[in-house]
Amino acid sequence: MSKVSRRKFLAGSLAGGAAVMLSPAKNAMAAGSFAGFPEGMGVLVDMTRCVGCRSCEAACNKEQKLPAPDQPFDDYSVFDQTFHHGTQKRRPTEKAYTVVNRYEPEGSDKPVYRKIQCNHCNEPACLTSCFVNAYTKTNEGAVVYDGSVCVGCRNCMIACPFHIPGYSYSKVIDPVVKKCIFCYDTRVKYGKPPACVEICPAQVLTFGKRKDLLKIARARIKKNPGKYQAEIYGEKTVGGTGWLYLSGEPFEQLGFDTTLQKEPIINNVKGFLGTVPMVLAIWPALFTGFHLLATKNKGHDDHHDSDAEEGEE
Amino acid sequence: MFVDSKWHMKSLLILLSGLFLTLPAYAMDAPESVTIDALAKYYEPVEFDHEMHVDVSEDCSSCHHHTTGTGTADQYCSKCHSEYKELVKVACQDCHPTQPFSAEVVNLQSQQDIFHADMNGLVGAYHQNCMGCHQEVGGPTGCEDCHARTEAGDEFYHAGKYAPTTAEHATAGH
Ligand code: SF4
Ligand code: SF4
Repeated sequence: MSKVSRRKFLAGSLAGGAAVMLSPAKNAMAAGSFAGFPEGMGVLVDMTRCVGCRSCEAACNKEQKLPAPDQPFDDYSVFDQTFHHGTQKRRPTEKAYTVVNRYEPEGSDKPVYRKIQCNHCNEPACLTSCFVNAYTKTNEGAVVYDGSVCVGCRNCMIACPFHIPGYSYSKVIDPVVKKCIFCYDTRVKYGKPPACVEICPAQVLTFGKRKDLLKIARARIKKNPGKYQAEIYGEKTVGGTGWLYLSGEPFEQLGFDTTLQKEPIINNVKGFLGTVPMVLAIWPALFTGFHLLATKNKGHDDHHDSDAEEGEE
Repeated sequence: MFVDSKWHMKSLLILLSGLFLTLPAYAMDAPESVTIDALAKYYEPVEFDHEMHVDVSEDCSSCHHHTTGTGTADQYCSKCHSEYKELVKVACQDCHPTQPFSAEVVNLQSQQDIFHADMNGLVGAYHQNCMGCHQEVGGPTGCEDCHARTEAGDEFYHAGKYAPTTAEHATAGH
C-alpha cells in the first residue's frame, strides 16, 4: 500500500466532504505565505467596455493550442446557451479556458458581457486542496499546475470557489486538470501580456501589477462614480484575486457570487489541521475499506489482479 | 491624401513602421482619409474617412482630447487642460502606445501620475472612442462592419471555410 492507486483516490472522494475538507492539510502551511507577492501581476477587467466580440476566446484557443471549438468564435448564438435547466451559463472547460457570457441586467439598456477564466487567487483554494502538490502560485501571480503529477481526483474542481478547473478525459485512464494558466509558459513568464489581453480590441483587459491595477480601478471609479459600481470584485474576495473586475451593474446580476467570504478558503480548514496527522495515518486504511466494499461482490482473484495493475501506474 | 506639412514626413515614417493615424496640427490641414492598419493581421486595413468625421463631430477635441481643437470638454482633464493650446503631439499614436502592455509601459503604471497612468493603447483608444460614439449616433458597431476579415482572420476565428463541421458541432455542451 505504499502507493495509493487512482481508483482508490476516487473511491475516497466518494466519501464526499471529508476528503475535500481534509486534503488541503498538506499545503496549508505553505499557503500562508501566498498572501502578497508584491510584484504579482494581474488583469483588470472593465466590463463597461466589453463588446462581446469573443476575440479573447479565439486568442486563448490559439495560444493554448486547444481543440477546435464546437462553433466559430464569431458565432454569437453561444450567448443563448444555458445548462442545467437554464440556471447556468457557459463555463470554462478543458477545451476552452475562457468564455464570455452575455447578461441583460434589469434597467440596463444594453447587454453586459462578462469574460470568465481562472482568477489566479492570491491564496488559491485549488492549490491548497491538491494533495499531490500539482499547483504552484508563481512570483508573477499565475496559478499553474503540473499535469504529470495530477492524479485526477477532482478536489481542486470542487474546492475552486469560481468553478474553474476542467478535466480532460481524452485519455480515459489519465484524466488531468485543465485551466487558464495566465499564459505563464509562453508569455507572462517573459513579461508579456496574456494572449486575451493582447487581442482585446476595446482594452477591456488591463495587464499590470495587481497593486497598480487596484489604484487604476479606484481612480476609474472615482473619476466616474455614476458609471461604476463602488466595489472592485476580487479586491477582497477569498483573500484577493489576481484578476479584478469593474462593473457598471450590480455584480450579483452578472452571475458573480457576491456571497463568497473575504478570507482565503484555506482559513476554513485551519481548524482541522490538528487532526491531520491522524487522518493521514488512517487514510490508507479507510480507502482499503472503501475499495473492499466496492469490490465486495467480485471474486477475490479479480480484485487482486486489478490492484496489481493499478499499482504499476 | 496628405497636405504638404512637416506631418507628411512623419506620416511616411510611421506608415513604414506599420501603424499610423496622424493628423496635421490644424484642422484645416486635416487629411481626408487615413489608413488604419493596427489590426492588419486578421483584418484588412481600414480607410478611415477623416473628412466625413470632421464634418459630423462638434470639435476636433471630441476625438483629440486637449491636443487640438478648442480644448477638452472633459471636466476631469480640463482641470489642467482647459486652456486651448495646440500641442505638438496630435496624432493618436503619439500618446497611445501600440504595445500598451510592453514591460516598459506596464512599468509606467506605477510611476506616472494617476491621471495618465491609465492610458489606453492605440487599438483600445480607437474602439472605445469610435464604438462609444457609433452606439450613440447609430454608426456601424459590428466587427466586420468596419473591418474586412482576412483569411488568417477566418482561421483565427474558426469561421468561413475554417468553421467546424456539423459532426464536431454535435459535441457542443458541457
Ligand atoms: S480561480 Fe479557482 S482555479 Fe483559479 S486560482 Fe482561484 S481557486 Fe484556483
Ligand atoms: S476580446 Fe475584449 S471586447 Fe472582445 S469579448 Fe473579449 S473582453 Fe470583450
